[in-house]
Amino acid sequence: MEFGINPLVLMTFFPLVGVLVLVFLAPQQKNAMRWTALGTSLVTFAISLWVLFLFDPNKADNLLVQIPWFRLAGVPIQILMGVDGLSILMVLLTTFLTPIAILSTWKAVEEQVKGFMIFFLLLEVGMLGVFLALDLVLFYIFWEFTLIPMYFLIGVWGGKNRIYAAVKFFLFTMAGSVLMLLAILYLGLQAGSFSQPELVANRSLFAGSQLLLFLAFAIAFAIKVPVFPLHTWLPDAHVEAPTAGSVILAGVLLKMGAYGFLRFNLPLFPQASVQAAPVMAVLAIIGILYGGAVAFAQKDIKKLVAYSSVAHLGFVMLGIFALNPEGLSGGILQMVNHGISTGALFLLVGMIYERRHTREMSEYGGLWKAMPIFGGISLVVVLSSMGLPGLNGFVGEFTILLGAFGSKVLGSPWFAGIATLGVILAAAYLLKMFEKTFLGPITKEENKSLKDLNLREIITMVPLLVLIFWLGIYPQPFFNLINPAVEQLVQLVQSAALVLH
Amino acid sequence: MLFQEAVMNSTFSLVPLVVFLPILGILLNWLFGKRLGEKGIGSIASLAAGGSFVVSVLLALALLQNHEGAHIPLFTWISVGNLDLSWVFRVDTLSVTMMLVVSGVSTLIHVYSIGYMHEDVRHQGEPKRFRRFFIFMNLFVAAMMILVSADNFLMLFVGWEGVGLCSYLLIGFWFEKGEGGLGNAKAAKKAFITNRIGDFGLLIAIFLIFWNFGTLNFAQVFEMVPSVAQTQPGVLMAITLFMLLGVTGKSAQIPLYVWLPDAMAGPTPVSALIHAATMVTAGVYLMVRTQVMYMAVPGAQQVVAWVGAITALFAGLIALGQFDIKKVLAYSTISQLGFMVAAVGLGAEVAAIFHLTTHAFFKALLFLSAGSVILGMEHGLEAGSHGHGSNHTDGSNHTDGIHHDDPQDMRNMGGIRKKMPITFIVYLIGALALAGIAPFAGFFSKDEILVAANQGNMLIFVVLVVAAFLTAFYMGRQVLMVFFGDARSDAAKHAKESSLLVTVPLMILALLSVLGGGLNFPGVHTLEYWLEHTLEIPHATEFIVPIALGSLAVALVAIFLAYLVYGRKPLASAKAADPLAKPLGVFFRWMNQKFLVDELYQAVVLGPYKKLADFFAYPVDQGVIDGLVNGMGSLTVSLAGALRKLQTGFARTYALSIFVGIIAILVYLLTRI
Repeated sequence: MEFGINPLVLMTFFPLVGVLVLVFLAPQQKNAMRWTALGTSLVTFAISLWVLFLFDPNKADNLLVQIPWFRLAGVPIQILMGVDGLSILMVLLTTFLTPIAILSTWKAVEEQVKGFMIFFLLLEVGMLGVFLALDLVLFYIFWEFTLIPMYFLIGVWGGKNRIYAAVKFFLFTMAGSVLMLLAILYLGLQAGSFSQPELVANRSLFAGSQLLLFLAFAIAFAIKVPVFPLHTWLPDAHVEAPTAGSVILAGVLLKMGAYGFLRFNLPLFPQASVQAAPVMAVLAIIGILYGGAVAFAQKDIKKLVAYSSVAHLGFVMLGIFALNPEGLSGGILQMVNHGISTGALFLLVGMIYERRHTREMSEYGGLWKAMPIFGGISLVVVLSSMGLPGLNGFVGEFTILLGAFGSKVLGSPWFAGIATLGVILAAAYLLKMFEKTFLGPITKEENKSLKDLNLREIITMVPLLVLIFWLGIYPQPFFNLINPAVEQLVQLVQSAALVLH
Repeated sequence: MLFQEAVMNSTFSLVPLVVFLPILGILLNWLFGKRLGEKGIGSIASLAAGGSFVVSVLLALALLQNHEGAHIPLFTWISVGNLDLSWVFRVDTLSVTMMLVVSGVSTLIHVYSIGYMHEDVRHQGEPKRFRRFFIFMNLFVAAMMILVSADNFLMLFVGWEGVGLCSYLLIGFWFEKGEGGLGNAKAAKKAFITNRIGDFGLLIAIFLIFWNFGTLNFAQVFEMVPSVAQTQPGVLMAITLFMLLGVTGKSAQIPLYVWLPDAMAGPTPVSALIHAATMVTAGVYLMVRTQVMYMAVPGAQQVVAWVGAITALFAGLIALGQFDIKKVLAYSTISQLGFMVAAVGLGAEVAAIFHLTTHAFFKALLFLSAGSVILGMEHGLEAGSHGHGSNHTDGSNHTDGIHHDDPQDMRNMGGIRKKMPITFIVYLIGALALAGIAPFAGFFSKDEILVAANQGNMLIFVVLVVAAFLTAFYMGRQVLMVFFGDARSDAAKHAKESSLLVTVPLMILALLSVLGGGLNFPGVHTLEYWLEHTLEIPHATEFIVPIALGSLAVALVAIFLAYLVYGRKPLASAKAADPLAKPLGVFFRWMNQKFLVDELYQAVVLGPYKKLADFFAYPVDQGVIDGLVNGMGSLTVSLAGALRKLQTGFARTYALSIFVGIIAILVYLLTRI
């Protein structure tokens, strides 16, 4: 390391530099704050690209950093961080979406800009930590840490019902993580280590209680994903959160749940994963169909997008618990796709909200005529979210469904067959939204004089649009990052499945 | 020899251009279109489509030398696990035939659209939308080319949904118009969602293919069909039937045809290109492409043949009861697609492709001529009553009353042949070709299908003959109502012939509709020998004179009957009832109301889904599920009631206390070191 500092550590904690600068800025220097935050997040993104450059998909312990920290009941806790195929795209997604989210706040956040930006950068530290930590206690600390900035982002800068939503968000996640903490402590004391790689190697030590352990982790992660029926915090949190908060919430925070399954549940408790797979798949399918139906019934655009997340994350979960390479790789790619498409949808909702201060679909209609650029961009994003072939969403959905269809663990094509109905429901709710908002004549006087997107707003959207097409047409470089790690994981789980039978 | 081969192979490697040229057209018009003006935009778009046609011709010429064709890979698309997909173009006689039809008809319609859309955007009051139209049209050509040139099922699916998107965008092109201002948008949405139901079937078929064949590449899959047919006939049955569901969506067959009539809300060139000549034939193409699979399961073939035959008959009946000039043609299209689907089911793939091609000529001709009539009517309307605004892309149906300024209602027409002589002649040619009158194109292609039915399944033969009778009858009715008799409205009285930009493409298409039968002329069978290099042809086509004469007689009788009903005594006024309404009674009303299938779907599928979604969203989600978790929350709070003093009511305090608790546990554990 030519800088003498591990790039992962540098990347994770670099946003703190921005925080430090922000602390010293006077309250009226709003633009300086914005630029500081944006600049910091852009540098962080640059560092993540450097990490990508150094990254070798075939290695499980890229850029590993291992520093003893303290001991807990005699068990060592370390600063243990590394990046592999399961996490690299999550890291990039985080560093990519953060500057975009910050850019979206330029006009939207006028109150207490300093606090907002500080929380936002702290949030980035937490998220990166979650994806990089390989020590369970360290992971847990980062995991819980992300709650605090998000709690404040919703609770302070949110909408009318923000306190209710923030508390709900906090308590839900907290309730889930309490069980996970117990499981982590049990694991550590049982196996004498909190290091994920060591625990995976010694998993026979706690194999006896793995179903319970699986459950303890699964509940924490399922709330975050969210898996039906633990999803009701999500619509509330999204509706109340400021746009940038929604972007990060949907784009990254939900992925922490799915990532948790990949990093911990599957490799630590492979037999339990195989046993639980059909149940998880059923919950995932309910999420897809139920989320799609409920989204269809929404009148508030943001709520509709929130429920569409339930459906989309259902696809991700189905892919993960197909437990074959197609399903898992598709699931990971779909996490990225969802981050891009849904992040973009929330940005678009935010842009129109800033103009009209309403998210009721009935307040709109004919926007494509009033705001042609906005309409065109929205169309592409909607199609991407709908899984139109040639755009990003399709590649993920297709590989997931294909994987699930032939999954030996699930053992029946019915799972994927029924889940595929979700593509019809997605078209129904998204096209309904597009029709109500963008098509038809302009019925409301206020909408006639709406200004189309300005340059900053277009710049916010362009990187997302580029990725929407790139991932749709040439996703292979992304798959190449994922595939080796997924193959390893599949082997691990399959050998466990053999033991099972 | 070697040199020649090299030239040929380099010609084959041009195939990606059939997709990239239209994409280039899109980019150019997107970036510079605003500065170019209408002529520039139209020229770029037409040249892009024309360029695709030129490339297709070159490919066809190279294929004459080397019948085997080629696979031209671009780059890897998706490779995970056992799935290994690339963007690969397939050049063979079937794909190139489709390319020729698609790009050829597209080019003509692009040129026609320059004139048509010039009028239309002004009529609709949105001149700036001219550019968008041509961008969408080029996008359609690109997507359709991906569809027909794909070398694997998933790339085909990209084109398949891609053309669906273009259909959506172009049906809803005037998205602020139509019934209640949302009519066109709703028609577009209906088309997309109905097609998605079909796409669901196609996706399942693709999954089944992958897990039973291990690949999605055409050549490898087809090679393995015989062995799979031996070991797992059920799987093959499932694949072909799920695929058929996709076909019923895209090619508008029972039960998913309901979107196509509404799709007429799009501008007329769109109806001609996408909803008559090309896109809707994609389903037929898919089944012809996968003929090996269908041939391996006779049961599935039976189903396919019956779906096609019944659709041909059913849609023909509905066409008879329509008054909107485009709706008649739309149901006619469904009916003719039924003929093609039936042909595939009967194992007569060549006949299917033959009819697909001739139909592309004469149905595009009919739609574009209908567009010319509508333009003439609009002129007449404006000349007659000044600026009494109407909207010819109105997707509303005219079941009961009649809109007196509706330029698409045939009851408002009459006597147009004197006002628009060129349009009349080309329309007549198209109608005769569709009706199956020799020597026009439709006669030969339809005859081949009837021969196949006659040899394969007598019952289907009878159904198809009745459908053919209906075809000639409703076309007779239409031509007589529109062009003969006296003008029944001011608009018809003042109708004016369209410009050359509109009529010249019509003349070319008319020529093709006259000569198209030569493609597979009895005894010569050019198309059959051409497709033989790609398709399996179990029995060569025969020309059976009694059947040919018989079908000709059926068509002539039908036209004569149409003359007796509609020609001898033309409609007296726009308000007069259809002469068939009385004798047929309630049955005519059913035909007119499309046998209430839309209403049935509304009652059985859409309505219940809406109710279910509402039920899930409010009582279930907000009530039960959220109630449970909130209840659990308040339960916790009341448990904490023991420590009532701590219950500050501030959520932050609760959160903090949980956090403190966790830290306490950690501290406790730490001190145990």
